[in-house]
Amino acid sequence: MAQPTTSWGAAADLRHYRELERSSRRENFGRAWYKFSRNPLSVAGLVIVAVVVLLALLAPYVTPYPKHAGPFTDFANAKLPPSWKYLFGTDTIGRDILTRVIFGFQDALVMGIVVLALVVPPGVLLGLVAGYFHGTWIDTVIMRITDIFLAVPPLVLALAIASVLVPNLMNSMMAVSLMWWPWYTRLVFGLTTQLRNEYFVKSAETMGASTAHILFKEILPNCVSPIFTKMSLDMGWVILIGSSLSFVGLGTQPPKPGLGTMVADGAKYLPDLWWIPVFPALGIVVIVLGFNLLGDGLRDLLAAEEV
Amino acid sequence: MQLASFILHRAIHSIFVLLGLSVVIFVISRVLPGDPARMAVGARAPQWVVDNLREQMHLNDSLPVQYANWLVDAVHGQFGISLNTRRDVSQDIQEFFPATLELALYAGVLMGAMGIVLGTISAQHKDKMIDNLVRILSYLGVVTPAFVFAIIFMLIFGYALHLLPTLGRLSEGLTRPPAITGLVTVDALLAGDPRAFWDAFLHLSMPAVALAMGGIAQEARITRSTMSDNLTKDYIAAERALGIPERVIMSKFLLKPSLIPTISILGLDFAATLSNAFLVELIFNWPGLSRYGINAMLKKDLNAIAAVVLVFGVVFIVVNILVDLVVAQLDPRIRLGAGRSE
Repeated sequence: MAQPTTSWGAAADLRHYRELERSSRRENFGRAWYKFSRNPLSVAGLVIVAVVVLLALLAPYVTPYPKHAGPFTDFANAKLPPSWKYLFGTDTIGRDILTRVIFGFQDALVMGIVVLALVVPPGVLLGLVAGYFHGTWIDTVIMRITDIFLAVPPLVLALAIASVLVPNLMNSMMAVSLMWWPWYTRLVFGLTTQLRNEYFVKSAETMGASTAHILFKEILPNCVSPIFTKMSLDMGWVILIGSSLSFVGLGTQPPKPGLGTMVADGAKYLPDLWWIPVFPALGIVVIVLGFNLLGDGLRDLLAAEEV
Repeated sequence: MQLASFILHRAIHSIFVLLGLSVVIFVISRVLPGDPARMAVGARAPQWVVDNLREQMHLNDSLPVQYANWLVDAVHGQFGISLNTRRDVSQDIQEFFPATLELALYAGVLMGAMGIVLGTISAQHKDKMIDNLVRILSYLGVVTPAFVFAIIFMLIFGYALHLLPTLGRLSEGLTRPPAITGLVTVDALLAGDPRAFWDAFLHLSMPAVALAMGGIAQEARITRSTMSDNLTKDYIAAERALGIPERVIMSKFLLKPSLIPTISILGLDFAATLSNAFLVELIFNWPGLSRYGINAMLKKDLNAIAAVVLVFGVVFIVVNILVDLVVAQLDPRIRLGAGRSE
């Protein structure tokens, strides 16, 4: 196929066009931020997420007793209720629960980030391929396989997979990832089947662009914002599922603190030592709430942009 | 006519999905863990015991042959012996499933009733105080795991207020009514024992509500959003202009179309509740199948894992078909969709 010829004039035009695009992008960002900041719930979500991430990153420096995140024992100070010295109280072997909750944020965030990193690329790729070859056997094979994974409650299969492997954080992340990719495949599949009939895709086809070019340069950029929105919402859900796995002991292994494990262990000491399960439980609620508020805010923003 | 073809289509699709699910479960229970025979006898057993068991379990056959044998057994309800309870797995399932079913049914009713009521109130008073309150509560409901609700309820209603019993299905001292359905509340009614019914009902309440909270919140959110969408539709304005009383518009013309998305999600939530029940069963010491499944998973009891996952998968698929049928009945566009060409 004929390549478009480039003259100096065209190059200048291109530079000018790029400059325009950049400035309009800046303007869009400013406008989006303004809209986002009008919703107090979205801002609250952003603040919660920012605080949780900072706490997790700086855990060794901001927690009152960083040593308590490991195999530490201090029986003289065990089972103490919340006080100024130990804001969230201490557990049955004398570790500060506030410290352990903040360290627990680390693995919760790692869970969310790693699962999404494992899930999004293959999920999106399969969705692009199935959507672009809609109606062929490729589409049938890929989408029927996603059907199987979507047809069962994800938590059960994730648990089953995690349980037959060695229980640790990595394996539970693998198990959740195995259950999570079909959602991205289905999302991108739906978008791609619509986009492939758009003129810009048709024209790229006529110009003889390769399939890879069409999938990644023409279709994918138009799927980015829904994918991104889903990712920000999914952070919360993955952390929630992760906490359920860790609740039954599949996930972060002691003595490292896992939020779900702390709740499960603490539940044995109800009602007398109520602070042992309650504060880690609130930790889970706060982190999931933060990502949900933020994700909903982003979704509203992108939905409004499309209108 | 269309309904029959609809059911047939769904049934064929479900069989395909079930087969796929069975492959996944086979891989989980026979391929992933390494050597199931070694796992069954423990690390210290001598090699000849393992070899004998491998022979017995037909583990020396090729994987496709093993899968075929496993599938034939599974279809006949034979999952082998549980390493944990030393009983037939199907017997265990029969014993533990009703407890989880009772919990999930109660939770499902709560999710539907409370969710729809709250969502309707919220939509009718959109952007007023009460709407904002429902929205904030449903946010918290969606993001809070069931086991967190379980612990909070237990502390408040069980230990602080002493309103509800905290453990088990029935108080000590009460005899369990003869098991007919396996649901203690229903059995008590059938046996004509109101005291046992009330006691069982109280035991059921906390775990069921804890389990239902997420679903109630979800259903309320969906009902609110579809209903407030529908409230702005022209046909509602037309009905108002015709002077039809607001109450009639609400109950007759608005509720039905607004419930379709809610019912779809309610079905999914109910089916998921069955399998997620362990999150509260563990805390309330509820002898359900979900807790049994978790214990099997923690002890690597492969036969039981395979059976429990398959049972939950089948229930999930069946519930989905039922939901599709109900929705097709409610939604004339789906019911009559193909009818135009007749």
